[in-house]
Amino acid sequence: MDAVILQVLNGLDKGSAYALIALGLTLIFGTLGVVNFAHGALFMIGAFCAVTLQRILTFSYSVIDETQKDFLGNPLKVETPYVVSWFGEATGNSIIDWSVPLAILFSIPVMIAVGFTMERGLIKHFYKRPHADQILVTFGLAIVLQEIVKAYYGANPIPTPAPDALTGSFDFGVLIGFGENAIIYPIWRLVYFFFALAIIFMVFAFLRFTTFGMVVRAGMADRETVGLLGINIDRRFTIMFAVAACVAGVAGVMYTPINSPNYHMGMDFLVLSFVVVVVGGMGSLPGAVLAGFLLGVLEAFASMNEIKAIVPGIDQIIIYLVAIAILLTRPRGLMGRRGVMEE
Amino acid sequence: MIGLNRKDALLFITVTVLVILAPFILNPFPEGTAMAQMFNAGYPDLMQRFVIFGILVIGFNILFGLTGYLSFGHAAFLGIGSYSAVWMFKLLSYNVVPAIILAIVVSGIASLIIGYIALRRTGIYFSILTLALAQMCFNLAYSVLGNPQKGINLTNGETGLQVYTSDPQYLMGENAPELPHLFGLVMRDSLELEIGSWAFTLNAGYYLCGVIMLATFYLSIRIFRSPFGLMLRAVKSNQQRLSYTGLNTRPYTLCAFVVSGMYAGLAGGLLSSMDPLAGAERMHWTASGEIVIMAILGGAGTLIGPILGSGFIEYFKNILSKINDNLLHQWLSFLPDGLEDALVWVLHFFVGKGWHLTLGILFMLVVIFLPGGLVELGKRTGGLFDRFRNAAEGSGKERNQSPRKAAE
Repeated sequence: MDAVILQVLNGLDKGSAYALIALGLTLIFGTLGVVNFAHGALFMIGAFCAVTLQRILTFSYSVIDETQKDFLGNPLKVETPYVVSWFGEATGNSIIDWSVPLAILFSIPVMIAVGFTMERGLIKHFYKRPHADQILVTFGLAIVLQEIVKAYYGANPIPTPAPDALTGSFDFGVLIGFGENAIIYPIWRLVYFFFALAIIFMVFAFLRFTTFGMVVRAGMADRETVGLLGINIDRRFTIMFAVAACVAGVAGVMYTPINSPNYHMGMDFLVLSFVVVVVGGMGSLPGAVLAGFLLGVLEAFASMNEIKAIVPGIDQIIIYLVAIAILLTRPRGLMGRRGVMEE
Repeated sequence: MIGLNRKDALLFITVTVLVILAPFILNPFPEGTAMAQMFNAGYPDLMQRFVIFGILVIGFNILFGLTGYLSFGHAAFLGIGSYSAVWMFKLLSYNVVPAIILAIVVSGIASLIIGYIALRRTGIYFSILTLALAQMCFNLAYSVLGNPQKGINLTNGETGLQVYTSDPQYLMGENAPELPHLFGLVMRDSLELEIGSWAFTLNAGYYLCGVIMLATFYLSIRIFRSPFGLMLRAVKSNQQRLSYTGLNTRPYTLCAFVVSGMYAGLAGGLLSSMDPLAGAERMHWTASGEIVIMAILGGAGTLIGPILGSGFIEYFKNILSKINDNLLHQWLSFLPDGLEDALVWVLHFFVGKGWHLTLGILFMLVVIFLPGGLVELGKRTGGLFDRFRNAAEGSGKERNQSPRKAAE
């Protein structure tokens, strides 16, 4: 039983990332009718926002410290970050320590700007072009964004640690009545899961309970009529694109302590997120979230040693197999509606 | 003529002549000069890639160009073809014929399975499904079926599949060459021609690939002009209407998918025949993306487009990755120092290892401004000239008329 719970937990962090990316993809698809192959690149840009903020915060100058000597007896040069000298030792160091959560604040304006530019500058011109063209141009954009990041940050993964307080593991089993050391789980992964839940809840609440969200939902159902009612629906859809970019961006920021970001992380997630969207049902927001968590947990179960002993390598392909099975039995996906992308 | 109408026959003959003369055309600069090192492309390895990727994209074009189904997973068939060919080398002998045949058969079966699943949906769904299935094949080849410790080892994982001396090679003759050969004609053999200060390499492998490419090109012309091709075009223009007339389109699209998968397998088999190695990176979905880029760049749905697109990208990939900072400084030395450094700094991101960036930007520009690819560019410039000529003729007529008017 404890092993099962551990695998469920293990699946949740990856599942959260899938769910967040798939949510953004579905949001863009539902509003603009465009499949965004550059969505993985947005996730990656979010992750590199965290890297950038970390670099900005640790930007330092060297001071010659007369009191310390190196092994040759010369005065030691000490690198002091500007943040430390401005805010004092304790505050400065804790700001640097908390750079990943702080990067959320940093990434939101960046992602809004990126999303807005992308939609207005490029995708706007592709509303009326065939779907193949939309896929191709966003695929090209993804390559370009990825290569720009690679040119600037290099090809190696860049470690971005979580705050000290949230690194390490804790005994989750004790909380729910198991013995000690039965379920040890990294704190940050749990943080990531709750963060993802919060974001998903916020997006749903935004669509459900605000006037803006109501108009957007109406536009998703019938864009033309909403336009005829004198509402500038294009503008709202652009904002929704920026929101989707933000969701992908913050998902990327928070994922950096789990996996050190590299330039192709977005592409790796993108393919699986597409599978998630197909399994969940194209155009269905709850479907995307549900399928994201489901496939994440399934992948975790498949990577258990007991299961791998029976079917070797199943963890690598389980998601695809499930997708094929669901597609053959329920062609519209788990929660897909009739009439979405049927042509 | 040869079962083609006049225009197609002319195109086919032009391509044939180009393929035969490619070693000469691609080496326009004398041996040993700086220009030759940079721009000459007439060496076997690159020329083989030209024609092999030509085959691959011709096949892809049968699916994408005719039916409009955008497959994002064709690299999987390329990889499957390469692996099958290497297995033939390992088991039978280094003769390329069984290798190529097995490559076509196995990739045909694989494309039948993948096509059967993916073609249940159209449009975006189809693209995503092919992408996912191809990525599954990549994972299978990279880790699941390639683990030397576990019993099954079809692909040899990260290392890549290659032929070892301990392999059985049951049909290996006594004096058979230790390299891929066609009944004794070793693929790596070349005839070196030196004419004046020019040097040309006529490579056996290149000509084998070239002949096969011409055959596949001929087949694709026939498919384009056949009733079957017409049906595929009908699927592209309006599949719904076609279904309403009571026609099941699935067999046609599946057939197109399998044919293009077999083309890709053939290309993979040839890649392995030129160099008996197969690795999983050939199957990665970025490789599939590159195939799509080649097809779009050349002009999807046209006959000559695939050949242009694959040639263009392979050539520029080759040149761009050769350029480095020193070379840029050398070229731009006529500029003032500050400007030179600034320009080199900017260009640095686009050449050498950064050629992917150039490729991405180029691809975006083509999709945005020139959806018909290079073929459309050719037509447009042709049209521009026609307009100039018409304008010139028109003004000439007026000039001719005016004296007459004056006479009246």
